[in-house]
Amino acid sequence: MKTELTINGRSRAIDVEPRMTLLDALRDAAGLKGTHAGCEHGVCGACTVIVDGDAVRSCLMFAVQCDGMEITTIEGVAADPGELDVVQDSFCETHGLQCGYCTPGMVLAAKALLAVEKDPSDEQIRDAISGNICRCTGYGQIVEAIRLAAKRLRESNTAAMEAGE
Amino acid sequence: MKAAPFDYLRPGSVGEACEALAADMEARVLAGGQTLVPMLAMRLSRPSRLVDITRLEELSRIDRVEDGVAIGAAVRQCIALRSDIIASDVPLLAAALPHVGHPPTRARGTVGGSIAHGDPSAEIALAATILDARIMFLADGEEEEFSPEEFFIGPTVTMAPLGGLLTRVVFPSRPSGRVGAAFHEIASRRSDYAFASTGAQVVLDGDGTCTDALLGVGSVGDTPVALDVSALAGTRLGEEDIRGAVEAALEDLDCVDDLHATATYRRRAAAQLAAQSLRNARDRAVEETA
Repeated sequence: MKTELTINGRSRAIDVEPRMTLLDALRDAAGLKGTHAGCEHGVCGACTVIVDGDAVRSCLMFAVQCDGMEITTIEGVAADPGELDVVQDSFCETHGLQCGYCTPGMVLAAKALLAVEKDPSDEQIRDAISGNICRCTGYGQIVEAIRLAAKRLRESNTAAMEAGE
Repeated sequence: MKAAPFDYLRPGSVGEACEALAADMEARVLAGGQTLVPMLAMRLSRPSRLVDITRLEELSRIDRVEDGVAIGAAVRQCIALRSDIIASDVPLLAAALPHVGHPPTRARGTVGGSIAHGDPSAEIALAATILDARIMFLADGEEEEFSPEEFFIGPTVTMAPLGGLLTRVVFPSRPSGRVGAAFHEIASRRSDYAFASTGAQVVLDGDGTCTDALLGVGSVGDTPVALDVSALAGTRLGEEDIRGAVEAALEDLDCVDDLHATATYRRRAAAQLAAQSLRNARDRAVEETA
């Protein structure tokens, strides 16, 4: 089935079987391997991407369902090649990752939260990542990373300009 | 973990969706897919065709209707959670929604899909049972209506008509007076299937006497159940009143044993959570100015 996906701002037409998940389409049809395949049945959250503004599990959507939708993967979060997004930077600084397998999903879940909540409580942060499993960190540093990213985004020039200060 | 092949149809209208479902008994409705897609991935379900209803405008609305709030089958849980109409008119559902899955599953999962699936630990199914919502289907061109009590007949077993389409669920609006609602559950980890879940709604009159109380328990047995706590009417919902009513209401409750929790644990947890829900509902009603 012909399907058009806008991935990280770039429109791509792909021809997929209806049973191909968005996860497999991103990895195999679009060649973007940053979205990780974990359990492939909606339990682990490793494959989390942003679809039309919401964090979703890409293993629980078929690519054909996403026709015409805007998708952001981990490859699309940084401003330029070789750079890191504020959230990615914060994960590095607080040791919010060890093996890194859950990290793309964690970062996108965090970005979806920070897009709507500038100053999230730890409770809100924990809720936002409650669908993502990490077997290394014990989550404490991940919560810390998202808290730090939120602080930096609030204090950044862009945020100040948006607020008209 | 790859689904078996199927056809995919994105109908342009409810009529077209119904025709497709009626024409092929192996076809299934695809709404949020948060339960169906894992079942396809594990090949526990092998439908011939998926009928994707998520883009049907007519099923994507939350409307005030004469006797309540009608939630279309394609309304996603995250939209329901942000709905001012649900927050003000159906406080018990609003209290239950934050417990449904987690943000990424709520972003796709639908209110109607949760009802249609009929999982005994589904929070939305429990809220519908407590409030006696109306579950509306279209089948063979006829509208069919079910009460939750008749619709949920076993774990993920429902009275859904063969080849039918769930179109909307109508939740009764909050009664007049000072209303409070609360929802509590316990699970091994956040967002996992609950071992016991409870919801309560109470109405107080001007001087704080209870005029009506509703209670229900989910996750402990084969279906969510509404329990009779009408004895609370006329009391001031003191600790003794609540404990007595919960004990009486849970007396004949069927609880199941499984790998995750024993029946006795579920009963104990349900009793604590039920009392907690009633206390919180009372406190919220007290906060409402008469």
